[in-house]
Amino acid sequence: MSDNETQAAALADAGPIVLTKKDFVSDVDPRWCPGCGDYSILAQAQKVMPDFGYARENIVFISGIGCSGRFPYYMNTYGFHSIHGRAPTLATGLKASRPELMVWVITGDGDALSIGGNHILHSMRKNVDIKVVMFNNRIYGLTKGQVSPTSAYGQKTKSTPGGSVNYPIHPLVVALAAEASFVARSVDTFPEHLQETITRAGFHKGSTFVEILQNCNIFNDGAHREFTERDVRDDRMLFLKHGEPMIFGKDRDRGIRLNGVRPEVVRLGNGITEKDLIVHDESSEDSTIHFMLGRIYWPEFPVPIGVIRNVPRTTHDALLQGQIDDAIRREGHGDLAKTLAGGETWTVGG
Amino acid sequence: MTTREHEIEVQELDRVTIRFAGDSGDGMQVTGSQFSQAAAVFGNDISTLPDYPAEIRAPAGSLPGVSGFQISFSSSEIHTPGDRPDVLVAMNPAALKSNLGDLVPGGAIIVNADAFTPTNLAKAGYANSPLDDGSLSAYNVHEIPVTTLNARALEGLEMTSKQVDLTRNFFALGVMFFLFERSMEPTFRWLEEKYAKRPIFIEANRRALSAGYAFGETTEIFHTTYRVAPANLAPGTYRNITGNEATALGLLTASQLAERPLFYSSYPITPASEILHQLSLYKNFGLKTFQAEDEIAAIGAAIGASYGGGLGMTGTSGPGMALKTEMLGLAVMVELPLVVVDVQRGGPSTGLPTKTEQGDLFQALFGRNSDSPVPVVAPATPSECFAFAVEAWRLALRHMTPVVYLSDAFLATGSEPWRIPTTDELPDLRVPSRTDPEGFYPYMRDPETLARPWVVPGTPGLEHRVGGLEKLDVLGTVSYDPDNHHRMMMLRAEKVARIARDIPPLEVFGPPEGDLLILSWGSTYGAIRSAVESLQQRGKSIAHAQLRYLNPFPENTGDVVRAYKRVLIPEVNMGQLLLVIRAKYLVDAQGFNLVRCKPFQISEIQTKAEHVLGDL
Ligand SMILES: Cc1ncc(C[n+]2csc(CCOP(=O)(O)OP(=O)(O)O)c2C)c(N)n1
Ligand code: SF4
Ligand SMILES: [Mg+2]
Repeated sequence: MSDNETQAAALADAGPIVLTKKDFVSDVDPRWCPGCGDYSILAQAQKVMPDFGYARENIVFISGIGCSGRFPYYMNTYGFHSIHGRAPTLATGLKASRPELMVWVITGDGDALSIGGNHILHSMRKNVDIKVVMFNNRIYGLTKGQVSPTSAYGQKTKSTPGGSVNYPIHPLVVALAAEASFVARSVDTFPEHLQETITRAGFHKGSTFVEILQNCNIFNDGAHREFTERDVRDDRMLFLKHGEPMIFGKDRDRGIRLNGVRPEVVRLGNGITEKDLIVHDESSEDSTIHFMLGRIYWPEFPVPIGVIRNVPRTTHDALLQGQIDDAIRREGHGDLAKTLAGGETWTVGG
Repeated sequence: MTTREHEIEVQELDRVTIRFAGDSGDGMQVTGSQFSQAAAVFGNDISTLPDYPAEIRAPAGSLPGVSGFQISFSSSEIHTPGDRPDVLVAMNPAALKSNLGDLVPGGAIIVNADAFTPTNLAKAGYANSPLDDGSLSAYNVHEIPVTTLNARALEGLEMTSKQVDLTRNFFALGVMFFLFERSMEPTFRWLEEKYAKRPIFIEANRRALSAGYAFGETTEIFHTTYRVAPANLAPGTYRNITGNEATALGLLTASQLAERPLFYSSYPITPASEILHQLSLYKNFGLKTFQAEDEIAAIGAAIGASYGGGLGMTGTSGPGMALKTEMLGLAVMVELPLVVVDVQRGGPSTGLPTKTEQGDLFQALFGRNSDSPVPVVAPATPSECFAFAVEAWRLALRHMTPVVYLSDAFLATGSEPWRIPTTDELPDLRVPSRTDPEGFYPYMRDPETLARPWVVPGTPGLEHRVGGLEKLDVLGTVSYDPDNHHRMMMLRAEKVARIARDIPPLEVFGPPEGDLLILSWGSTYGAIRSAVESLQQRGKSIAHAQLRYLNPFPENTGDVVRAYKRVLIPEVNMGQLLLVIRAKYLVDAQGFNLVRCKPFQISEIQTKAEHVLGDL
């Protein structure tokens, strides 16, 4: 038996695995700035990790470079702190060769969408079964405050003292355009929502992209505060639920409907009912509405959070393995001596 | 066989070099490789050199569109595809014009006379037809109306005239088979396999080939055929193999010997793509190939596979190698096994994609930030690519390190007979993964090799973190301690340096000391060995040593280079090995550097060596 088979067999024999949050806390103390949103993300991830039924040794966290990149050190699993922007590539190779592992990628807005943009596109479109979690603080944290691909237009940063002249990217639109089979958004300060989102991402089989709105209280404090603060969030955010109409507001009195091909915010009443609103269908193959949800944002619209897209698709590793199985069925197991002696040969006598 | 109507003489030759040249659409590569196959199967030693244009579809009939294939075959051992062809097969005026200069004086030219139309002549820049103006009088010219004769032979087949014309290279091949007494059988077999689904093409090419052969036999154009007897090769079973094929087979073999799954990821690039193509055909070995989005992703995925306990490998050429730089540094830091194949081509930048060069030695040795030691190996001949792909993996696995394997366009596309090894001749590449949690630390080391343990995810109790940040010696936690960093730098360097104990000494061909040593690496081997052989026969005090390990060097390298009055280092670059040898061993070696996109000729090395010897 190969190592992999032994491990798979051991996994099957062991019965259900019962772990707690504590099992996922490593012996390294987190070293983010006090008050950083990353602490909450770490805590929620450690909390839900036991729910997946994976033994610790079968979970791998791979990160790029940035404040977010330190995440793997704090998880008591296997971990790989790689290089800037490239974590999806390592994750792709690992998952392709070890499909039985659960592979997470932790990345930042610069890591994922600037230097690593290409790898996000291709790992998503290939439906590699990795769970990419992007901490979006709309700034370069680790390098102390330069503009990032998600920074606001006009934003003053160390590298843009006169204000950014670049329009920000919409991360979820990128993920959707890349054909990610699971796309979601959550917020560092919404513990329950965050737990639920990470849990659903963890159970998805296929390319998974989760954007977490994260506060960098040192270099971009309050980047998301205008709509995430407790007293305004219900009015300024749209909590998505599969199969339910897109209603929001403290009094649940507003919603999103389509006017032709354009979304618009409407107030219920005066002849407008729930029936006029778009019903969220995360599993729709057609992604038009998902794109819309990835694009609309405060202040024109409430900010959608939750699972935007979730469609079943055969994973990259399964497809690779399928081709191997087919080849073996067709040609039998490879025979090295035969292959070496392939083509025309001749013999020189001794 | 048909009965001959005229007497044909047979002349015995030791060695013949033929160049097939035509438009890139004329099928010269296929023609050349079929001739090579026939010569190899017959038992000659052979060496081949394809030369194809970088543009896939240069205008038909133009000079840049000329594609060539040279084969040298011999009744004794040879090391190169021949300096200059004895016979030139030119399918059009452009092919004649661009290759004539290389032909030996008095050599034979076989042309497709039908192609010498005013249009084609003009495209090649001929004012008058060279067939008529006497400019070829120094050569032995055979004009054959190949297109017409071939069309006649294929009459009655349901094919367009364009399809018919596509087989005329096989008519020319048939003529050559006749001239050099080669059997058509291997080519017939090849056709059956290649066109299994298009029987009409089998028939058409068969007819073209046989018609060419019969033409040679029955017309009075040729009065002599040539016989090159089989060579005296070491006993065994042989096949003809290109460097890229041998590399792919070597990588496959390494994974079988290591009993670990192969994962090859690559981004297409000339001249390395064939390795990806070929490995992709071996899915029934359970191997996985992955065409990544770029070269960075390709090496990243390979590192991911090695981290997972497999044989992660990636292949590329110079520009892609440049992109892999940062990842290779990561592999050095995390100390995982990895093989990076660099099939060098002309540079810098995009350079000359289809041409050969030895320009990436510096890149392999030093092309990373900080001191980032990586072992480097380089096969010398197409068939040696097999053994060195296996050897690269042996080193990577035993020493837990990335290894760079330097091939080049000449090795990759050139071919020669390869004695197929039996499985018991191959090394055992198995290494254990660590599974015992007792006393484990991620950066503890094997006392002999300094290799760190290979712990793969999925192993209970050994969960740990690795990465590109500097690690604390033994414990493997992140460390910013200055003394620890210095120690880790020393350990990484020493780990690679100790590989010198695990590789064979540098072998010297010729006297152990004397007037001149020619030191070489990579594909310049053939021309240099041939030149040295002939100078030795003429009584010169000259030796040749071929470096197949470029980092670390074999332990005796210093002794070897110091044992001669002069050291000459020919390279198809501006003097890269030269700089390293001079710096490391303080010898006054001199370079011989021609960077003309092609391998050295034997005569060039010989002349240079005589020159150096003459100065003594
Ligand atoms: C190749 C390379 N270029 C630049 C850097 C420097 N660098 C490290 S992190 C970073 C930006 C990180 O921003 P982001 O991904 O948003 O992560 P955050 O720190 O905000 O979590 C940069 C530019 C690097 N480590 N490597
Ligand atoms: S710089 Fe910002 S993102 Fe980084 S640790 Fe500090 S608060 Fe968090
Ligand atoms: Mg950031």
